[in-house]
Amino acid sequence: MSALSKWSFKVSSFIVGEDFWRGIVAIIVFLIFWEIGSRSEALFGFAFPWVGQVPAPSAVLKEIYRLIQEPSFWHSGYLSTRRVLEGFFAAMLVGIPLGLAMAVSRTFYGITFPVFEVLRPIPPLAWVPAAIIFWPTQELSIAFVTFLGAFFTIVINVIGGAQSIDVRYFQAARSMGSSTFDIFRRIILPGVLPSIVVGATVGIGITWAVVVAAEMISGGGSAGSMGGAAGGGLGFFIWNSYVGGSYTQIVAGMISIGAAGYMSSAILRKIGQLLTPWLAEG
Amino acid sequence: MISAPRGGRGDDTARTKQFEIKSHVMSQTELSHSRGITATRGNTDGHVSTLALTFHRAALWLQSPRPYLMFIGFSLFLGFWYLAVEVWKLPRFAEMPGLTTVVSEWLSKNPTYGLSIFMEEYYLHIWVSTRRIAIAFFLATAIGVPLGLFLGWSKRFKQYVFPVFELLRPVPPLAWVPLAIVMFAGSETPVIFLTFLASFYATALNTMLGVESIDVSYIRAASCLGAKRWQVFRHVIVPGALPFIFTGLQISVGVAWFSLVAGEMVSGQYGLGYVINTSYTMVRYPTIIIGMVTLGIVGYVTSAAIRMLGNYMMQWRTRELALGEER
Amino acid sequence: MTTQPAYTRSSAPVAGVAAQARKGGVRIMDVVKRYGTQDAGVLAVDHCTFDVPAGEITVVVGPSGCGKTTLLNAIAGFHSLTSGSIYLDNEMLCGPGRLKAEPGPDRIVVFQNGALFPWKTNIENVAFGPIMQGYMTRKDALEKARDMMADAGLRGIENNYPGEISSGVRRRVEIVRALMTDPKILLLDEPYRALDSLTKSVMHEALLEIFYKNRVTIFFITHDLEEAIFLGHRVVIMTTRPCKPKTILDIDIPHPRDYNVLTTKRFREFMDETAAAVHEEATKAFAAGEKER
Repeated sequence: MSALSKWSFKVSSFIVGEDFWRGIVAIIVFLIFWEIGSRSEALFGFAFPWVGQVPAPSAVLKEIYRLIQEPSFWHSGYLSTRRVLEGFFAAMLVGIPLGLAMAVSRTFYGITFPVFEVLRPIPPLAWVPAAIIFWPTQELSIAFVTFLGAFFTIVINVIGGAQSIDVRYFQAARSMGSSTFDIFRRIILPGVLPSIVVGATVGIGITWAVVVAAEMISGGGSAGSMGGAAGGGLGFFIWNSYVGGSYTQIVAGMISIGAAGYMSSAILRKIGQLLTPWLAEG
Repeated sequence: MISAPRGGRGDDTARTKQFEIKSHVMSQTELSHSRGITATRGNTDGHVSTLALTFHRAALWLQSPRPYLMFIGFSLFLGFWYLAVEVWKLPRFAEMPGLTTVVSEWLSKNPTYGLSIFMEEYYLHIWVSTRRIAIAFFLATAIGVPLGLFLGWSKRFKQYVFPVFELLRPVPPLAWVPLAIVMFAGSETPVIFLTFLASFYATALNTMLGVESIDVSYIRAASCLGAKRWQVFRHVIVPGALPFIFTGLQISVGVAWFSLVAGEMVSGQYGLGYVINTSYTMVRYPTIIIGMVTLGIVGYVTSAAIRMLGNYMMQWRTRELALGEER
Repeated sequence: MTTQPAYTRSSAPVAGVAAQARKGGVRIMDVVKRYGTQDAGVLAVDHCTFDVPAGEITVVVGPSGCGKTTLLNAIAGFHSLTSGSIYLDNEMLCGPGRLKAEPGPDRIVVFQNGALFPWKTNIENVAFGPIMQGYMTRKDALEKARDMMADAGLRGIENNYPGEISSGVRRRVEIVRALMTDPKILLLDEPYRALDSLTKSVMHEALLEIFYKNRVTIFFITHDLEEAIFLGHRVVIMTTRPCKPKTILDIDIPHPRDYNVLTTKRFREFMDETAAAVHEEATKAFAAGEKER
């Protein structure tokens, strides 16, 4: 069976399968409850606790429809995405080599890991004020905090991945006369790749969380001066919607962030699968 | 993946040392092979052997190069900080509080900015943050673990509930802040809700994963032996998922601190996140660092506490790992 | 004595054994098991028919992945049949109208990789069956477990966890656990596969000792021909996937057996008769690219 026909078989059997329909039913029920809950004041004369204050799905949908036609909204999305990618790639660039160095050299590990472990429990957001003091621009400070978010996860995963490479691969390679560089390129790198992928997928979720938080806290960064309700990134957008009292926008913003985060994870996972085809073999 | 044979280069023994990756971090196995005290056969007196074990491990640790490397690492880090701010006065570090300033502030009986280990307010903030974490974490565990267990155990339940669960998950905790403020009255509840949410997802997901990764042979064996479904659940599923549950709980506590700090920085009064934020706005820079360090310590302690609880509850695992034999 | 798989084999009690009613006789009739759909599926078992006489050890030998575990799972109640039927003591276990049996304490499985619960001590494991089924109090069950373990030469490790003992000993504990509930038939799915051959030979003698004491019917799956001939009253050699009995042997080497049997002339004669057949199937399996499970 060709790859395409295999995939379409999977998709079609998934859609017909009970999995899919039960999930759909559940989501619809959830949306109905939400709708009723939001309108509880109008429908029942008193507002349900919690849900009663939330804007209804129908209103949110309308808001989303309006927002996707506004360029400033997409600009916010772009800003947030850019920050996520910057921080994320910086974390990979620094984290992977550092992790490998720590895994390979016992001495280096002994020196750096304790400091690493001490810094790790400090939540990335706690670094925000320190970062603002240290870095010249606000953009850089957000990038730094974002970097921290993914950095720790990636390093831990790389170390774990390098540790779990079966020592016999090295023995086999050495017995065949491989040079150090060869061993690095052909054994360590592919061996660590699955863990890097896992670390990256988890790390990007954290990065999104940190970006949104940082945007909220530091008021959107240097681009915040663009004005309007949709400047300065999605986090800032949500906060501004709250301040401006537009609750439907809040939820619309949340949904957009959720969607963006989900898509970036999915894309990463797909890239990961392409890079490690040997894992897919049954 | 392995390259074609080439002429051997250099010294074989050097390469051996360089690629001994497995050994140096697997301290458990190292220790277990060298220790004279093993989890003894049939010895149910846990207390004596654990204590002796701890002393033995401590002695071994002191004999290894690890404490000295650790010392070097910290000296480099702290030394650089000290030098960069107070001696070389690097321009980038101009506004940063120096190491000595922070330490003296932290340990002073009469701190300039009001926060040190002798100040009551310091402990108040720690207490407030910890209390929030405790409530949120407890709730998240109480709801998340059973939910995760059922999601893993009943396929039908998962089909209904998991899609909704996954729908809400991608929204980062902080994005919930404004909505939480709208939904919940008061200033405490939104912050706790936020923390709860993040914690809950981590716990439920890991628990579910734990149940799903239980070897089906255990379940089959139990059925063969006459266990009914609820008995299988109680005697196989729950203990079998315990390792994953505890990993999940450790992650969950970390995530909880993450969200709590974020929440405290945006809204709420008191608490370590609040301290850090206000210290910044009120230009009390050394206190920022004090807050960060405190956060690190408290965060580490809570994680470690859970890990120790897990080790205690899963005696069978600790003993198995301690032996580390070839099987 | 080699017989072609025909349905003329009688199910009368084996001559010369005690007259007490033996339980656990299984009759497999024309069983077919297909995974997946008619076109895109995999045929695992293809019209399999043979007997497992009560009170005897029947060993099924075949290359990896040939479907013999599927048969065992069908008897145990973990998988359903596509067609055909299986009888236990002349009562239908599964068949037309009820394609899947329920797992139960009368047919206990000992698994390939061991399924002793790592979170319970050995004695809690052994006592698990009666406690779950409720026909013994916890105290009584633990006492009986202690006795049975001592009987099997496993005294002293009651309070250890499975993770603390060697895998060979773990297997023996698992077998004791299985015997606690007095099952009709014991289903062993390549239980000694992961052990080294020295431990294996000890395990074999231990298993036979248990068998001589309890006379429970044993249905044993392996890929090791020597193991099969050494243990079994009857050896069924399966073809490669989809599996079907290729040859059925009655091993007339007298019981009780011990490891000296391995060097007897009769044993070698059996090996000669069957080695070619097994090798043929193994080569076919290898060519078909069967993967290890």
